[in-house]
Amino acid sequence: MGEWKSICKLEDIPRLGSRVVRSTSGDVAVFRTSGNAVFALRDQCPHKGGPLSQGLVHGNQVTCPLHGWKLRLDSGEAVAPDEGCSRRYPVRVESGTVFLQI
Amino acid sequence: MDKKRLVMVGNGMAGVRTLEELLKIAPDHYEITVFGAEPHPNYNRILLSPVLAGEMTIQDIILNDHSWYEQHGITLHLGRKVTRIDRVRRQVLAEDGTAAHYDRLLLATGSTPFILPIPGNDLPGVISYRDIADTDAMIEAARHYRHAVVVGGGLLGLEAANGLMLRGMDVTVIHLADWLLERQLDETAGRMLQKSLEERGLKFLLGKQTEMLVAGESGRVAAVRLKDGLQLPADLVVMAIGIRPNIALAESAGIYCNRGIVVNDTMQTYDPKVYAVGECVAHRGIAYGLVAPLFEQGKVCANHLANFGIGRYEGSVTSTKLKVTGIDVFSAGDFSGGPGTEDIVLHDRQGGVYKRVVLKDDRIVGSVLYGDTADGSWYFQLMKDRQSVAEIRDHLMFGQNKLGDAGHKGENRAASMPDTAEVCGCNGVCKGTIVKAIKEQGLFTLDEVKKHTKAASSCGSCTGLVEQILASTVGGAYQAVSASDKPVCACTEHSHKVVREAIFKHHLTSKEAVFDTLNWKTPNGCDKCRPAVNYYLISSWPHEARDDPQSRFINERAHANIQKDGTYSVVPRMWGGLTTPAELRAIADAAEKYKVPTVKVTGGQRIDLLGVRKEDLPAMWADLNAAGMVSGHAYGKSIRTVKTCVGAEHCRFGTQKSMTMGVKLEKMLFDMYSPHKVKLAVSGCPRNCAEAGIKDVGVIGVDSGYELYVGGNGGIKTEVAQFFVKVRSDEEVMEYAAAFLQLYREEGFYLERTCHWLERVGLDHAKSRVVEDEDNRRALYGRLLAELKDAPDPWAERIAGVERNEYEAILI
Repeated sequence: MGEWKSICKLEDIPRLGSRVVRSTSGDVAVFRTSGNAVFALRDQCPHKGGPLSQGLVHGNQVTCPLHGWKLRLDSGEAVAPDEGCSRRYPVRVESGTVFLQI
Repeated sequence: MDKKRLVMVGNGMAGVRTLEELLKIAPDHYEITVFGAEPHPNYNRILLSPVLAGEMTIQDIILNDHSWYEQHGITLHLGRKVTRIDRVRRQVLAEDGTAAHYDRLLLATGSTPFILPIPGNDLPGVISYRDIADTDAMIEAARHYRHAVVVGGGLLGLEAANGLMLRGMDVTVIHLADWLLERQLDETAGRMLQKSLEERGLKFLLGKQTEMLVAGESGRVAAVRLKDGLQLPADLVVMAIGIRPNIALAESAGIYCNRGIVVNDTMQTYDPKVYAVGECVAHRGIAYGLVAPLFEQGKVCANHLANFGIGRYEGSVTSTKLKVTGIDVFSAGDFSGGPGTEDIVLHDRQGGVYKRVVLKDDRIVGSVLYGDTADGSWYFQLMKDRQSVAEIRDHLMFGQNKLGDAGHKGENRAASMPDTAEVCGCNGVCKGTIVKAIKEQGLFTLDEVKKHTKAASSCGSCTGLVEQILASTVGGAYQAVSASDKPVCACTEHSHKVVREAIFKHHLTSKEAVFDTLNWKTPNGCDKCRPAVNYYLISSWPHEARDDPQSRFINERAHANIQKDGTYSVVPRMWGGLTTPAELRAIADAAEKYKVPTVKVTGGQRIDLLGVRKEDLPAMWADLNAAGMVSGHAYGKSIRTVKTCVGAEHCRFGTQKSMTMGVKLEKMLFDMYSPHKVKLAVSGCPRNCAEAGIKDVGVIGVDSGYELYVGGNGGIKTEVAQFFVKVRSDEEVMEYAAAFLQLYREEGFYLERTCHWLERVGLDHAKSRVVEDEDNRRALYGRLLAELKDAPDPWAERIAGVERNEYEAILI
């Protein structure tokens, strides 16, 4: 398990949007839902590697901008009938600051 | 919260579809119990004919196997017939004593075949054609006996006769009317059908009445005797003369019935706790026997069972298809003719094609097709939409493909394609894959097929073909939905039209207000509806509704075009396709500075810089801005380019200054968002070097002024623009073009190009609002100009810091 790192303020991520975190182990997309839940996934769609951070966030899902696959933010799993999974990273919010374990 | 108890009586297609719809929207609302009189889980009754014909097996047609019921926690009582409903105690009782309490009861008891009240109708060997048991009995009979008589030359009777013949029996069909399928076909088509069935080996006795069935020595039926004295040998008699709604159970419980269980538009019976769907129902006096209307009922019923309270079932217009492989028959509406109607007929006797369309007041009221039914769904749609066919009357009989169909319809004859034929060129999906998915996954709608196979989910040009494959695979279960009625997406029941009207009528200015007012099923929509709603908001209430970046597809949010590797492309605007050495120098400098790997000239006379990293975008734009260039909007559902030829400025043939005209138009339309992308072109003479004939608005200079063409498209399916108006001056070009585009912006559904919109509303409509109505034209023109006044350059805004987070990665 990696260490927890402070990445930004919650308000630095647009609601129903995301930010890209560039790390030595690759890009991570950090999403914020309408209810202020925060999720982190590897910024790569299991389908053709599209940058999920550039997708549209709705409910607890993101739609990949390249070919429209939908992935669940809480599990990284593709929504059926598509099959695939993007790696999930632990993330938490503490007094307005977002922490990512990487 | 304690779950409420829902009991369903009947385990057929309509009922189970209702449960599926219910589980989709309210999975935890009910504890569900199902009683089925048959020993099988829900199967596709429509496909019994292919089973009888030996083309499919029972396993193939199971829609919901036992595990489906288990998975959803549904208690399933199979082979148990419910005999009593106690409405006071709110419980149902089955034959074997099984009881179940309900809070809500759903009756889906279906129908029973009508049996002729004649002597001998209860002899062994006399059956109807309704369920798996009947089908098995027929298959079994075909093994041991030779002569079969089918009473009834309707859809079911013919399918049964065909199946029995394929299984080797000698089959005669007795029919009371003078021609086959007399309710679905006119006499000409009925005779053609008879001829081709006779060629296959079936025999027919038309205009004959059955008097009695005669037993043989064994006690089994041996012959059929007709009223005219004729006697036919018969080891098997299949009665297929109609169905009757099963209402005995409901009636015995005192629930009001009148030929069917009477329901209102929410599928509720006279007992508010009891709902009913399917063939057992009489809705506004009609009992439907086709599956498509029953599915519509199921959807509405589920919505009300889930306490959502949205949606009404308002009856269906139905069409018919016969499921006899190799014979294509289609009919819809009223084709009896009569005063005030006109017939258009195309009849190729030798080729076996007959098409008849019946018109009344320029609208289709009925159609009968034999042999070539590819356009059935099109005629059906025109009929349901009550669209005037006056303009297309000349080509009506030659089908939609001959009309230039804006790329959304398929080729003919999906059924005759080999399984290996590629249907969807974008995703490489073959016909066989689609058919397999439809059968194995039990798919009924275009959306389901798109999701499971990806066919028709990219460019959409094969949509029509996929619809045809769907229609030919599931038969009558499929009914196309018109663009005007289709829900925007799975988040809502409402169509684009309804959403747009609501935004205008209720003065809604935010997506939250829209979702709230229209009872969206999801908290914040999805990738389909949010961009659409956002467009409707900002185009209905310009300068008032706030544009929501998170409802924009990435290209419109980032103001650059995402590429397959996650980099972006940058296209500076070049007004009318004109540029200068200074601009070219700035572009070259930017390309080198930001290490742009590919520089390409686009089809719209611009320069495309491909492979830019997102974080470099603002700096690169700043450099280009400094050289006087602004965003080319090459990424948006917006004005793209105005392509021009050289024109009278230099060209020896030019009659009008096309470059100047093009630049004026492009400057006027800068930053215009629209339902889909918009492209224009201006040519200086009829040689039309700017290819104005395939643009949304094409302007062609002639000696006396300009001709305007609209609705062209050079994309998925080439669509030639149609002549709109001839004008004299540059000012008029601006006014007419702007008014036309504003009408499209106000009426077009999101992602509908001008050609699709015009196909839907008709060119005459656009002409009447723009060309013929000067006041309205001025008003449209004025609204567009007001909306585009002081439109900002999105690049300049972002260089200044707008949405900075969008472009900055967080480094750790």
